[in-house]
Amino acid sequence: MSLRLLGATTARVLNQIRHDHRSVAMILVVPSFLLAAVYFLFENETLSPGMPRTFDRVGLVMLAIFPFLIMFLITSVTMLRERTSGTLERLLTTPLGKADLLFGYAAAFSVLAAVQAVVTLAVAYWVFQLDVQGSPLLVGLVCVLNSVLGVALGLLCSAFARTEFQAVQFMPVVVVPQILLCGLFVARSSMNSVLEAISNVLPLSYSVEALQEIGRHSDPTGTLWQDLLALAVIALGLLVLASATLRRRTR
Amino acid sequence: MDRPQHPGAATPPEDAAVLVRGLHVRRGKLHVLRNLDFTVPSGSITGLLGPSGSGKTTLMRVLMGLQRFGTGEVIVLGSPPGTAALRRKLGYMTQSPSVYRDLTVLDNVRYFATLHGKSAAAAREAVEAVGLSPEARRLTADLSGGQFNRVSLACALVGAPELLIMDEPTVGLDPVLRAELWEHFRRLAESGTTLLVSSHVMEEARHCRQLLLLREGRLLAQLTPAELAGRGHNTDLEQAFLAIIQESGAEGTGREEARS
Repeated sequence: MSLRLLGATTARVLNQIRHDHRSVAMILVVPSFLLAAVYFLFENETLSPGMPRTFDRVGLVMLAIFPFLIMFLITSVTMLRERTSGTLERLLTTPLGKADLLFGYAAAFSVLAAVQAVVTLAVAYWVFQLDVQGSPLLVGLVCVLNSVLGVALGLLCSAFARTEFQAVQFMPVVVVPQILLCGLFVARSSMNSVLEAISNVLPLSYSVEALQEIGRHSDPTGTLWQDLLALAVIALGLLVLASATLRRRTR
Repeated sequence: MDRPQHPGAATPPEDAAVLVRGLHVRRGKLHVLRNLDFTVPSGSITGLLGPSGSGKTTLMRVLMGLQRFGTGEVIVLGSPPGTAALRRKLGYMTQSPSVYRDLTVLDNVRYFATLHGKSAAAAREAVEAVGLSPEARRLTADLSGGQFNRVSLACALVGAPELLIMDEPTVGLDPVLRAELWEHFRRLAESGTTLLVSSHVMEEARHCRQLLLLREGRLLAQLTPAELAGRGHNTDLEQAFLAIIQESGAEGTGREEARS
């Protein structure tokens, strides 16, 4: 692995996105609008004293889902383009290593996710007064880890798609089940044993748990660190799996 | 561009940039390349000529380490194809331009320059060499087809490779630019670079020191343009090539033709 080549790849990917003004605008602005929609959905709920607002629970979890979902989509399409345009094959004939390429991608989209997280968090905290006990920095960290997760899954899934059309259809297969089972709709402990077992191996479950820990406790808890570690390990594992799909030679 | 100088312009066969013995490539039931034997002398231009579908691209991909091959021995710059050390020494231009449409011309070339450890100045020189300096800051997607192709070429040139493998680099270019590029290739060869250039335009064979004639996966001949004209009894190389194809067809297809 070479930091110089990794850095050059990160810069190249960011440079490519920079020319796509519409995508940049949507990445930065859309999560805030969706957050606003959730806020106004629960605007008129009647709360018994001491009960937290639904928005505080759902809004916080949505902060984790946005970077995951958006980075998954962007990465799988970008990587597929790299495969179909012949640039991937060309890159593999240069001194660029597979790890340089994949971690370069992950780094580029993490930067983008970090910017997105700053915008969305600012809106959540200052416009909608999201009530979170823990540090906003930790919330930001979970957002960025989730984006790396989305990137890693996107890189992996792009290997199994031949067209951009197919790549987009991995979303209902890979992303939607995670959103359903992550504990947002039903607490994972009250799921039936099969669904709970599935949710135990889905990475998004760990990010939601991590955010819930940050939401409830002002200081980082042991569970939080375990969740963050699990997320990092899963993301790294997926990146390694994805690198196995980058074959230099065809039969 | 700084280019490694190879000592000795005349190369003995054991010093060949590429050495291929009995190369056979099958894809499923299809025999794409059949028992090829040839060498590519270093520091010169070798033309790989043949109709489309004759196996030119597959052969180039074998040399680049992108295509598995069944049997045979392939040595590229002293190593088996696809080894890590080789990747610093090779330049590859694919047939369909493989560059990033959403980057400017210069940013594309700069990225490949960095991958090969070259400077931004080398990137500007490569852009200049393909005549795209006025377009350097334009988005690649906005260029015409021929210009697009030249961005891809600049990305192959920028690494100052020892062996430059180019798949139909001059296709779709106007005659003036084609002449300029062949002149550039000639200068590269003089400074020690080995070039393997495929084409299906026989006219371009004149620019090469030696030719590999490929047809249906067989090597019809390895010869010089003058020998091609002689064997085909025609100074028009296209006609000469057709004559050799007819001759080989009449003699039946076998390995005998695979030697000049």
